[in-house]
Amino acid sequence: MTDVIIAGIGQTPVGEHWEISLRSLAVKAMLAAINDAGGLRPQALFVGNMLAPAVSRQAHLGDLLADFAGLTGIEAVLVEASGASGAAALRQGYLAVASGAVDTALIVGVEKVTDYVGPEVDAALATASDSDFEAVQGVTPAALAALLMRRYMYEFDVPPDGLAGFALTAHENAAGNPHAMFQKAISLEAYQQAEMISEPLNMLDVAPNADGAAAVLLTRSDLLPRAYAQPQVKIAGSALASDTLALHDRSDLLAFDAVRISVEQALRRAGLTREQVDFFEYHDAFSIYAALSLEASGFAARGQGWKMAQDGSISRTGSLPCATLGGLKARGNPGGASGVYQAVEAAIQLRGQAGTAQVANAKVGLIQSLGGPAATAVTHVLQTV
Amino acid sequence: MEIPRHWRLKQQRYSLVGETCPHCEAKIFPPRDVCPTCGGEAKTQYTFSGKGEVFSYTTIYEAPSGYDETAPYTVALVKLEEGPIITAQLTDLGDQPVEIGMPVEMVTRKLRSENEDRGILIYGYKFRPVLSRAA
Repeated sequence: MTDVIIAGIGQTPVGEHWEISLRSLAVKAMLAAINDAGGLRPQALFVGNMLAPAVSRQAHLGDLLADFAGLTGIEAVLVEASGASGAAALRQGYLAVASGAVDTALIVGVEKVTDYVGPEVDAALATASDSDFEAVQGVTPAALAALLMRRYMYEFDVPPDGLAGFALTAHENAAGNPHAMFQKAISLEAYQQAEMISEPLNMLDVAPNADGAAAVLLTRSDLLPRAYAQPQVKIAGSALASDTLALHDRSDLLAFDAVRISVEQALRRAGLTREQVDFFEYHDAFSIYAALSLEASGFAARGQGWKMAQDGSISRTGSLPCATLGGLKARGNPGGASGVYQAVEAAIQLRGQAGTAQVANAKVGLIQSLGGPAATAVTHVLQTV
Repeated sequence: MEIPRHWRLKQQRYSLVGETCPHCEAKIFPPRDVCPTCGGEAKTQYTFSGKGEVFSYTTIYEAPSGYDETAPYTVALVKLEEGPIITAQLTDLGDQPVEIGMPVEMVTRKLRSENEDRGILIYGYKFRPVLSRAA
């Protein structure tokens, strides 16, 4: 099979963009990706977004964004899988290009959450859990993460600041990312003194919801423009797996089975092993998700994932650099766009264009996006050509 | 107003009515007609005892809209005696600290009111510490 190449990448800064609309954010990233690909015209558009109907009063994003990007006429559709929407859209674009159904596909992830205040955004986010049996009890995604974190710390005897390393690493790395929301390192003391959101989950265990858009343009290697100047990065493996929607319906709540399945499938399809992965962009919407994802992905034994954040394994010079441009925690969490940000960031690393945040000799990057507490898990393997 | 949506769930909300699997005897809540354990058809109604223990818990200070009036409140994953885990608020705690493993029992309480003026009141299950325990 001919390689599927990430020919173009584009992103907006992540943050509180009061002055920019949902569609403007998306179009900025889309045009940047097209431009980066030397002007390749997309034949299909896959949009990843989770909250626009609830917090922007706007559905039908596929058509809207094709329209406002000057692409009217092409195939255009929205893909929704909660926080994994962007990654799920990336997979649809990958499948479309890999199958030969289209020659070029544009994937854009976009989220605009700051038009509403906290409680309304929390209520909208809660619709991604089981409305009838979780959200109705007043449970938010942060509360679900707190329930997992409490149980994890109880079962594996984790000290109160045991998960601090995830936020510390993310913030340290974001200092090298001009698009990140928080480009500043934080101290262990700041973590220890952070305000509680839902015990034992504190403010610095939570990635901030933010606005942003990111886009990638895919094509097959034989279709690249002759003058294409960027180092080539391909999607070597792609997989999506599902688990029970409600956390309480899992036979093992701390197992993140969808993560395990998607990693196994993506690596097998890429013909690669865990040992060949040079860096890992996990879905650190909450620090406990990062710990559980490291374990379910096979990088740490059960109950040991948090130690990788404590002993420096996940830092830029560690055995498995993670959140290399800040992750969701410090780059910011633009919901359904976050999976596409991961693809853009991994491409930057693999092109060798990450500047002070560059992971040395990066050849293979694993990116992983979650919907809910890994109810959906999407894993892609990106590799230099 | 979503009245039918809540009315449809009255057996679950008020009485913890789930299902039991005729093939593998797994107890199922909420009902889904397909056994999550063996994959067989499971439509036999089963009413849970409402007894269980706290599997995990947390307190919510920043509540989603519709729940802000009652914040802060404590929610838990409750492992029912019959096996399934469910998500529910804890209530009637008084000064009692919550712990993993604490025995709890189901009670019916107001979950929320929809809209301020003419909205419906939604009742459903919460769990409280077991009042009298055999020593």
